[in-house]
Amino acid sequence: MTLNDYLYYVILPLLSLAEILVFIRFIKGPSIIDRVVALDLLITIGIGIIAIYSIINNQPTFLDIAMILALIAFLSTVAFSYYLEKRNKND
Amino acid sequence: MTDVLIYIFATLGTLFALLAAIGIIRMPDTYLRISVNTKAATLGVGLLLGAAAVYFYDFSVTTRVQAIVIFILLTAPVGAHLIGRTSYFLGNKLWDGSVIDDLKDRYNKSTHELKSDPEQVEENNSKQDSKTDRNA
Repeated sequence: MTLNDYLYYVILPLLSLAEILVFIRFIKGPSIIDRVVALDLLITIGIGIIAIYSIINNQPTFLDIAMILALIAFLSTVAFSYYLEKRNKND
Repeated sequence: MTDVLIYIFATLGTLFALLAAIGIIRMPDTYLRISVNTKAATLGVGLLLGAAAVYFYDFSVTTRVQAIVIFILLTAPVGAHLIGRTSYFLGNKLWDGSVIDDLKDRYNKSTHELKSDPEQVEENNSKQDSKTDRNA
C-alpha cells in the first residue's frame, strides 16, 4: 500500500466521518452556542482535509486556502459571540 | 524515512480529529464541548499540517504551515473564552454532574462586569432592579 493509497482510502474517510459526526451536532445542537462551536470545529477539520488533499495532489498552493479558512473560523466565532452577547444585554 | 514520518503524523492527526468529533457529539454540556473543540482539534490539525510540511520539504511550504499552526494556537483559546463567556450570559445550564460554579452571582446582570465579591454585585443588581421598577 503506497502513501497515496493510505491517505486516500484510510485517512480521508476517517476525516469525513469526523465531519459527519460534527455536522450531526451542528444540526441537533440544543443552543445556538453549540452550533457556533460545531461550525468552528467543521472549519478546523476542513483545514486538516485540505492539508491531506494537498499531499495527495502534490499541490502546495492549497495551503493558502487553509490559512484563509483559519482566519474566517476565528472571525466568525468572535463576531457571533460579540453580537449574541450584545443582543442579550439589550433585553 | 520521510514516508514513515508522514504515516505517523497523518494517523495521529486523524485520530485526534476523530476524537474531537466524538467528544463534541458525546459530551453532556456546552462548556465541555467548547473545551474539546479547542484542545483536541488544535493538536489534530497541527499534526496533519505537519505531515504536509514533511512531505513537501520546502521552505515556503514550511513557513506557511508554521503560520497556520501558530495562528490556530493563538486564536483557539481566545475564541473559546469569548464563546464560553457569551454562553454563560445566555444562561446555558451546567451539566448536572458539575461540582462547582465559580462565576455564580459574580456577574452584574446589566453591565456584564465581573466582581470578586458577590455582595457588591448583589447591591448593584438590586439597585438596577429598583430603577427599572420605578421606570415601569
